[in-house]
Amino acid sequence: MAEYKLQAPLTAEVAKKLKIGDKVLLSGVIYGARDAAHKRMVEAVAEGEKLPFDAEGSVIYYVGPSPARPGKVIGAAGPTTAYRMDAYAPKMMELGMRGMIAKGKRNDAVKDAMKKHGVVYFGATGGAGALINRSIKKAEVIAYDDLGPEALRRMEVENFPLVVVGDSSGGDLYAEGRKQWEGKA
Amino acid sequence: MRVIDAAKVTEAVRALAIEKAYKLSGDVLRAFDEAEKREKSETGKEILRQIKKNAGIAAQGEVPYCQDTGMAVIFAEIGRDLRIEGNLEEAIQEGVRRGYVEGYLRKSVLGDPLRRKNTGDNTPAIIHYSVADGDKLKLVFGAKGGGSENMSRLAMLKPSDGEEGVKNFVVDVVSQGGANACPPLVLGVGIGGNFEKVAQLAKKAALRSPEKRNADPYYAAMEEELKERCNKLGIGPMGLGGLVTVLAVNIEVFPCHLVALPVAVNVNCHADRHGEVIL
Repeated sequence: MAEYKLQAPLTAEVAKKLKIGDKVLLSGVIYGARDAAHKRMVEAVAEGEKLPFDAEGSVIYYVGPSPARPGKVIGAAGPTTAYRMDAYAPKMMELGMRGMIAKGKRNDAVKDAMKKHGVVYFGATGGAGALINRSIKKAEVIAYDDLGPEALRRMEVENFPLVVVGDSSGGDLYAEGRKQWEGKA
Repeated sequence: MRVIDAAKVTEAVRALAIEKAYKLSGDVLRAFDEAEKREKSETGKEILRQIKKNAGIAAQGEVPYCQDTGMAVIFAEIGRDLRIEGNLEEAIQEGVRRGYVEGYLRKSVLGDPLRRKNTGDNTPAIIHYSVADGDKLKLVFGAKGGGSENMSRLAMLKPSDGEEGVKNFVVDVVSQGGANACPPLVLGVGIGGNFEKVAQLAKKAALRSPEKRNADPYYAAMEEELKERCNKLGIGPMGLGGLVTVLAVNIEVFPCHLVALPVAVNVNCHADRHGEVIL
C-alpha cells in the first residue's frame, strides 16, 4: 500500500500503477456527475453528439452536492453509491474516462472494462460531505443545469483524500478487505 | 382541551430539519468514539477519523454532514386532549419546506417515481400519525438518506423459520448490501405486524437512539447478538474491511397473524439524523 499525491486528469501510466489499498491525495480538475447526467451523456453520444467536456484521462466524481451558501463554492459534497452508474461506466471508459470517485461495490462488467481500458476506481468516504467540501476549491455547472443537484459540474480539487478501491488489474478492496477481517470481530 | 397553533408545529419541524442536517446527536457521536476504539483495521480507523472530523466541521453550521440531507420522515403522536388550530398535515409539510430551503439542504424528492421531476422543496415528507394519551404533540423526525434506504429489505418468513430465520435474514441484509450503505450502520429491525406494519416498525426502530435497547430483555439480547454477528462479517467502515460494520441494532415488534412472521430491516448510514420535540 503506497501513498501518492496525484494530479487529474490522469495519465495512462499513473492509472495503471495504482493498486487497491493505496492512499491518494488528488488535485486538479474532475467532473461531478451522477445518475441523470450519466444517462444524458450516454444518450447524447449514442446520437452522435460530443460530451460536454474532454473525456481523455478524465476523473468523474459521482456526486450530487447540497446547495452552496451565498459566496461559497459548494455545499456538502460526498460520494454517492456507484452501482447505479454501472450501466454507464463502461461506455464512459471507452470515451476516455480514466478514473471514478464514488463508494460501494461494482459489477463484473465494470471491473472487466476497467482492466480493458486501464481505469482506476477511487473510494471517497461516504457521508463525509462537509470534510470533502474543504477539498473543493472551484465548482461550476457546465451542462444539464435543469437537473439541479444532478447537473454536470467541473470541479477543481486540492488534496481530495481517497483510497484505491478498484484497480486496473481486477483488484477489489470491497472483496479483499472483507476477506481479511471476516470472523475477527 | 389544550389548543396549540399549527404555526408552532411548522416552526418546530423547520428547526429540527436544519439542526439534524448539521449536527449529529451525542448518542451517535459517542458510538463513533466507541467504534474508533474497537476498530483495528488501519483503513477503517482512518475512515472513522474522517467521519468524526466531518461531524466537527458540519456542527459549525455552514456545510451539512452529508450532501444527501434525506427525505424527511415524521412520526406524529397526537395527544387525545390536544386540539391543533389549523391544518396539521400542511403545517408539517411547510416546516419541511422551509427547513430544506432556508437551511441550504439538498432537495432530493421527486414528484413522481417514474416521471422523476424534482419538487424543488423536498416535500412531501412521509408522515405517520398516531393517537396517544395526554395533551401533547410528539414529533419524531428523521432525515433518511437514500443510499442506505436502497439497501433495506422486507421478508414474509414462515413461522417455522423462527428466531434463527429472522436473525439470518437481518445478517444477510448487511452481508449483501452493507458495504453500499455507508457503514458503520444503524439497523432498524421490525418483527411482526403485517406487510405494511413491519416496514413502519423498522423505520421507527431506525430512528431510535443507538444507545437505547429494547425494553424486553429477550429482544435486547437479540439486538446485541445481531450486532456481534454483523460485525463478524468483516465489512468494516465504508465496506473496506474491518471490525466495525454496525453501531447498533434496534428492534421493534408487534403482534402478528398465526400464519405469519414478517421481518423488515431499514438500514441507516452513519449519518444517523434522528431527533424529537414535544409540543
